[in-house]
Amino acid sequence: MTLNLYWSSFDAFVAMGGYGFYVWGSYLVTAAGLAIEVALLVARRRRTLQMLARLHGSERL
Amino acid sequence: MQSPVTTTDARERTRYSWTYFASPATFYPLAGAMIPWFAVAAALLCAAGLYVGLLVAPTDRTQFDSYRIIFIHVGAAWMSMFLYVVMAFWAAIGLAWNTRLAAMMASAIAPTGALFTFLALWTGSLWGKPTWGTWWVWDARLTSELILLFLYIGFMALQAAIDDPRRADRAGAVLAIVGVINVPIIYFSVQWWNTLHQGSSVSMTKAPSMAAIMLLGMLLMALGFWMYSIAACLSRARSIMLERERRTEWVLEEVRKPQ
Repeated sequence: MTLNLYWSSFDAFVAMGGYGFYVWGSYLVTAAGLAIEVALLVARRRRTLQMLARLHGSERL
Repeated sequence: MQSPVTTTDARERTRYSWTYFASPATFYPLAGAMIPWFAVAAALLCAAGLYVGLLVAPTDRTQFDSYRIIFIHVGAAWMSMFLYVVMAFWAAIGLAWNTRLAAMMASAIAPTGALFTFLALWTGSLWGKPTWGTWWVWDARLTSELILLFLYIGFMALQAAIDDPRRADRAGAVLAIVGVINVPIIYFSVQWWNTLHQGSSVSMTKAPSMAAIMLLGMLLMALGFWMYSIAACLSRARSIMLERERRTEWVLEEVRKPQ
């Protein structure tokens, strides 16, 4: 098992032997899905901390 | 309005009790400390998996380069089923012992599980077109995986529709536990029925029917997705803990801690 690169050129890599649309359509949507989830998680955490700051800033326990 | 309440403080319990981390007050900082490690592991494993799968692995004799979808398709499909079982497990624990944290974990897992189910279906569709000649077919594997997506969405919609969080936990738990029957149906569908979907390339009972380098790329991506899922679910669980326990002492302490 060697770790040499399979592709002869960058164009061949992008073309994926004619299956570029299907392969890249899978990888890009997967990357986008994970990126969107991470962005939503970061936004939710920020929103939650702001809510807590308002809640505990206005009323002293 | 609720008045400020002090929940049972697990920190008063001994640190060596196995239930020490069963309370949000103690699990919140633990989860926060674990997230970066799982996130880094996910990034490294996925980078290695992409390198092996897209750059090193040779093309396939029968499916040519369309087979490279396998490196994300299988990992996403495994996670979609695995996360459902974990979600149902925590939901069942929450239902049986009325533990808040277990129910919160179940809620935290659902969106990530739904995402991986969608990705398994999406990449499967893009793989099906060049190899089977169709984007979709109502065969047992594909149909049961679609039902899994509906189960995740149904779980989230049901919980969102009930105002009282503890009632939402219980209703969601019943749905999650009943739905778990779908997971073995997905897994064994390719054996039980004559499906268009191919059989497993990797199983626990026989040697994998694929080249070592391809198997390596697939396992690296699957492990990367697994580590990603843990980081994402823990992050969501932390937000859920803060939101639902916002009037407790421990959350107040967390808010007042210097960042």
